[in-house]
Amino acid sequence: MAMLEVQNIRKSFGKLEVLKGIDFSLEKGQVLSIIGSSGSGKTTLLRCLTFLERAEQGSVTVNGDTIFDAAEVGKISAAEQRRRQLHFGLVFQNFNLFPQYTVLQNVCLAPKLQAKERPDYKQHTKEIIAEIEAKAHALIDQVGLSAKCDAYPWQLSGGQQQRVAIARALALDPEILFFDEPTSALDPELTGEILHVIKDLAGRRMTMVIVTHEMQFAREVSDHVLFMDGGLVVESGTPEQVFDHPEHERTREFLSRFTQA
Amino acid sequence: MSFWEVTLSLLRGLGTTGRLFFLTLLFALPLGLLICMASTSRFAPLRWLTKTVVWVVRGSPLMLQILIVYYGPGLVFGWPLLPRFIAALVTFAINYACYFSEIYRGGIQSIPRGQYEAGQVLGLTRSQVFFKVTLLQLVKRIVPPMGNEFITLVKDTALARVIMVYEIIWIGESYIKKGMMWPLFYTAVFYLIANGVLTVLLNKFEKKLDYFKA
Repeated sequence: MAMLEVQNIRKSFGKLEVLKGIDFSLEKGQVLSIIGSSGSGKTTLLRCLTFLERAEQGSVTVNGDTIFDAAEVGKISAAEQRRRQLHFGLVFQNFNLFPQYTVLQNVCLAPKLQAKERPDYKQHTKEIIAEIEAKAHALIDQVGLSAKCDAYPWQLSGGQQQRVAIARALALDPEILFFDEPTSALDPELTGEILHVIKDLAGRRMTMVIVTHEMQFAREVSDHVLFMDGGLVVESGTPEQVFDHPEHERTREFLSRFTQA
Repeated sequence: MSFWEVTLSLLRGLGTTGRLFFLTLLFALPLGLLICMASTSRFAPLRWLTKTVVWVVRGSPLMLQILIVYYGPGLVFGWPLLPRFIAALVTFAINYACYFSEIYRGGIQSIPRGQYEAGQVLGLTRSQVFFKVTLLQLVKRIVPPMGNEFITLVKDTALARVIMVYEIIWIGESYIKKGMMWPLFYTAVFYLIANGVLTVLLNKFEKKLDYFKA
């Protein structure tokens, strides 16, 4: 059974139907890239999966547990909602670091707040905090920013901010990490460093879903590629199938713009 | 009457001015936040009621409002008059709360959605997002417009003299009957010093929040 199962996700904004029934699944340790032109619904899909938007229909399961079911909406407590949400991490297009916190504080904030709910927190506060900080240091090191632990976001380049955002998402041990166009706000030079970090994560068998416009990267890093158009999955398969032997005219048309450029 | 005697009596008036200033802030700052929440409520009747109140309070002269709060209840319902200082304080607190509510609203709306969303996907509760993520960014954004209001309030307290609250201008004016004009003009020095100190404090506070950019 697949780790992530997404079934029949539908979402409209007013009369505009943005997602017209999306299905896909993903195995543990695999990387899925979602490609498609602007307005095809890629970002909305990611926002539905991470609970930033509420899909009107459909369901999402992780390891067989229901994470989202449109039929249950409104019946779930806020606490349960948050608990379910923590299966997923999300890296935003424009980083969204917290400006008043240092790199280390950005990475530690959520784990520290969560730790307060542990029953043994009062007894072992020091050890727990030390543990969280040690892990944060390791993650910051993993994304190559050890030297910037005490810097504030405004002192970092866009690429560095995005790497912190990745470390921040990883600090909560998500089972699946989602990326919403992680390099679209960066110039080409900085794009490389983010792609490098994501490749490194793929090497560590992190399960990831990446919405991207970087076709070459999607081809290199993905196990699976989805091409979306008009709120539907038009084509899906291995990178070779989708990029080299697309079956649909719409896919060929979309890809030809990238090969020409 | 000597310069020092005048100075001493004006300082007493400044005490009343200062009390009015600080107590107004004490009540208006939280009240403004409540009004802000009501005016952005999802419950439409509450929203419209609040917006109407804010319109009336911001749209009419503060001096008139002081007179209405002081004399109104007696004229309409035959109630006893409120103590003068209390009537002035109530009016100032409500009036300034309405202005503050708009400053809060502007500040809250200027915080990017992404900040809330980042907090949400990290599993923070709504109150954690407010207190740990957005509050300090909000404070940083509203310090300059709030500072403006504080400085205006220092001077607006002089309007309390219309119901004979013995603040500094009232005392300065009282010397005119004794044939002395200069004590009234002299009051300006006290306002300038008070606002000078206030400006320095506000700048210090703003500097404290300079370590981050938002």
